[in-house]
Amino acid sequence: VLHSTRSLHTAQQHWAPVPPLPEKGGEVRHGLIPEEFFQFLYPKTGVTGPYMLGTGLLLYLLSKEIYVINHETVAAATILSVIIYCIKKYGADVAAFADKLNEEKVATALTVKNEAIKYLETAIEEEKKEQWRVEGRSYLFDAKRNNVAMLLEANYRERLLRVYNEVKKRLDYQVALQTLKRQKEQDHMIQWVERNVVQSITPQQQKESIAKCILDLKALSKSAQAAV
Amino acid sequence: GSLSQRRLMDVRLGELPAWLATCNLSPQGLLGGVQRAWSSYYEKYINVRRGGAPGLSMLLAGYCLLSYGWNYQHISK
Repeated sequence: VLHSTRSLHTAQQHWAPVPPLPEKGGEVRHGLIPEEFFQFLYPKTGVTGPYMLGTGLLLYLLSKEIYVINHETVAAATILSVIIYCIKKYGADVAAFADKLNEEKVATALTVKNEAIKYLETAIEEEKKEQWRVEGRSYLFDAKRNNVAMLLEANYRERLLRVYNEVKKRLDYQVALQTLKRQKEQDHMIQWVERNVVQSITPQQQKESIAKCILDLKALSKSAQAAV
Repeated sequence: GSLSQRRLMDVRLGELPAWLATCNLSPQGLLGGVQRAWSSYYEKYINVRRGGAPGLSMLLAGYCLLSYGWNYQHISK
């Protein structure tokens, strides 16, 4: 069961924002003794107090042979002098180089952050545009509805045309059938009449008609000769 | 505040035994103490933007003193 009334992630997270690193480290005098020691002794002994303490301690250690001077002392002295010389000479350059490396790291992180911010901002713009587009829903659906109606109408009309064509074909068939029948009857009747007529011409009638034709031809030839 | 919650630097000299009695001397306690000491030194002198030589040189000086103390018997012959 999720308690939907409980709000999540409300407290400020203690890692964000990360507190920045301090700019400089604690103060150290002569590279060895923290400044707090000098401040600690300042009220009682003033400025020269810690140096007097140091000198006294040194003389005490040397005189009581708590610190013996042997070959290692010489080695330590030379090494320390070389180290201090190197630090004094090249310290600034090394520091500048390290600072440059740091700057590059910070710059890459910043670019990443800015890229992410820009990307998210474009995403927000796109989202707003999409929300604006949603308002045009009604137009879209009207167009779709019109399309569907037109498809239905076209289909209906096509089918109507098909029905009409089919019916016409059947009627034409019937008409052609009747025409054919009538024509056949007509032809048959004509032939029958012709046959009967030809049969009825007896040989006698044939002779008479041939003689008549010859007479007619002679008459015609006479009139034709006269015409020529 | 009360004795057990103060840091070592804020304890006066006379109260030192009492303060030592209140602190946690089991291995975990000692380890925690060492951890805290190192982290405070690290935060103050090394983990800064523009640290320098003193951060490391103090550690090396401490190491020199410690090793001298350990080898004193051998050196003073």
